[in-house]
Amino acid sequence: MDDETRPGGAMPAPDGAGQDRASQGQDRASELTRMTAAELAAAMTAGQVSALEVTDAHLGRIDGVDGQLHAFLHVAADSARAAARAVDERRAAGDVLGPLAGVPLALKDVFTTTDMPTTCGSRILGSWRPPYDATVTRRLRQAGVVLLGKTNMDEFAMGSSTENSAFGPSRNPWDLSRVPGGSSGGSSSAVAGFEAPLGIGTDTGGSIRQPAAVCGIVGVKPTYGGSSRYGLIAFASSLDTPGPLARTVLDAALLHEAMSGHDPCDSTSVDAPVPPVVAAARQADVSGLRIGVVPELSGEGYQPGVLARFSEAVELLESLGAKIVEVSCPHFTYALPAYYLIAPSECSSNLARFDGMRYGLRVGDDGTHSAEEVMSLTRAAGFGPEVKRRIMLGTYALSSGYYDAYYGKAQQVRTLIIRDFEAAFEQVDVLISPTTPTTAFPIGERADDPIAMYLADLCTIPSNLAGNAALSLPCGLAPEDGLPVGLQIMAPVLADDRVYRVAAAVEAALAQRRGGPLLDAIRGPAGLPAPGIAETGAPASGAPGTGGSSI
Amino acid sequence: MSIARAEVAHLARLSRLALTDDELDHFAVQLDQIISAVAHVQEVAADGIPLTLHAVPVTNVFRDDVVVPTLGPDKALDQAPAVEEQRFRVPRILAED
Repeated sequence: MDDETRPGGAMPAPDGAGQDRASQGQDRASELTRMTAAELAAAMTAGQVSALEVTDAHLGRIDGVDGQLHAFLHVAADSARAAARAVDERRAAGDVLGPLAGVPLALKDVFTTTDMPTTCGSRILGSWRPPYDATVTRRLRQAGVVLLGKTNMDEFAMGSSTENSAFGPSRNPWDLSRVPGGSSGGSSSAVAGFEAPLGIGTDTGGSIRQPAAVCGIVGVKPTYGGSSRYGLIAFASSLDTPGPLARTVLDAALLHEAMSGHDPCDSTSVDAPVPPVVAAARQADVSGLRIGVVPELSGEGYQPGVLARFSEAVELLESLGAKIVEVSCPHFTYALPAYYLIAPSECSSNLARFDGMRYGLRVGDDGTHSAEEVMSLTRAAGFGPEVKRRIMLGTYALSSGYYDAYYGKAQQVRTLIIRDFEAAFEQVDVLISPTTPTTAFPIGERADDPIAMYLADLCTIPSNLAGNAALSLPCGLAPEDGLPVGLQIMAPVLADDRVYRVAAAVEAALAQRRGGPLLDAIRGPAGLPAPGIAETGAPASGAPGTGGSSI
Repeated sequence: MSIARAEVAHLARLSRLALTDDELDHFAVQLDQIISAVAHVQEVAADGIPLTLHAVPVTNVFRDDVVVPTLGPDKALDQAPAVEEQRFRVPRILAED
């Protein structure tokens, strides 16, 4: 892909002279939307900018580009401004505020919110307004984080592209004809598109890491049970894990700490301290660490540019003082089929609650149909094709006669995958692999080919089955298409800090080599707020059209 | 390993999904492909291997037996498709005869 198909950044460079007030305001808004959460928080603490101004800058950005990105299903401008004003008032009153107070965030529409619609990307919830906030929602509000709105997702978080959303796909800011990944693709598109510095997603089979990888941002699946599922609309309860999306490792760590911790409302919540992820992100040092490369997550079927960038990342880690070893995890080959038995089985049970009786859509209640018929008509009208496929697949796998051969066997494979991880972590501190076998694929390419779509989660699923922490970090652009490649870092259960420590070291080394953040290389009609590029006068050498020579 | 259209129709009934004939035709082919793919788990030698239901097990999660506020009837019925006499109104659940 070359620059002709990706018009250059629409924002003019601020030259600081002869500008009228409006364009100065626009430059300042652009600057605010380019800042990281940590930078925004510091600027607000120092009194250089108000939370309201920060929120307005991001709402303006959403106004300007979300028509193209379609990252948001609902923008809550009024309540966002009210939340920002409340932070400003508390700060003026001298209250001690959390480290993310006043920072805007894009929330995946899988979390319940009392003051915004909650659709889960589905029509079956109709115009449902939840009666309670999810724990994640509540904690963010308490931390003073400003919720800008709810982001698009594959229906009930089932998918890798947002094409399974009942409300149409989101777009990848790197190339609007491509998917932003999924299921948390609305949040990844919003963060990569500078609509919000932070996003929240959920990761059941890779739904945070895969969209982060294909959008060139950071995404983390915390240890299962490290972040609460209360108020997270259930897909596969033994796998669902909320986690952060951000443009830097430190920002992801700050959000990780703000959203995590034991929750008595979630019976699978782990009653243990949150791992010291922010300290690890600041440590950013891999010298002496043992890092394992998993051969089963590489090779045939992987895009050459993905493998090239991954190999360079391995070399980089070695140059930073890490000890690299190859560690085989033989059962990872069976993770994908095991997942596509376990997750659909759990989903077929969880989604039985959508019966049209107590809330949401009801179809066919005209006096001529029984309750059972109304349920069947409602579910047929309210669910999209992928959800129907998975409900039927799960129903099949749980049927008597098939249970032992499918669901039971998959649960045994899950045990073997956990043992693979345990054996590997006796030899190394973290494991690494590509996050996804390919870069972002074109919208429509896999929409009616479920198996091709499922392959997008090949590398991410083992950590869901084993419950351990895993992170995706951008590690460059694939030369063949100029699109971002993700490096996955996996650590043992409750050792989430390790993935941040390694990622921060790689991030710093890559930024030094590249001369700036990877996202500076975005060119596109989403019209990214470009002063960062123009001011330094040094466009990233890995930009599309330059052959993607840097990592 | 394969699944017949009639079996898919049965699964749809069990799943309370009123599918059209076209949908059944389409899903029968796709589910057959998916089931063939996931059947690879059967290649794994796993005799005697325990099942994992939760990867990060927690056991005996109790809380104090304390009464806390719950949703009142107004709030609970607020989002219902149909309400009658402070209850969810549902279509008939028994056959006519």
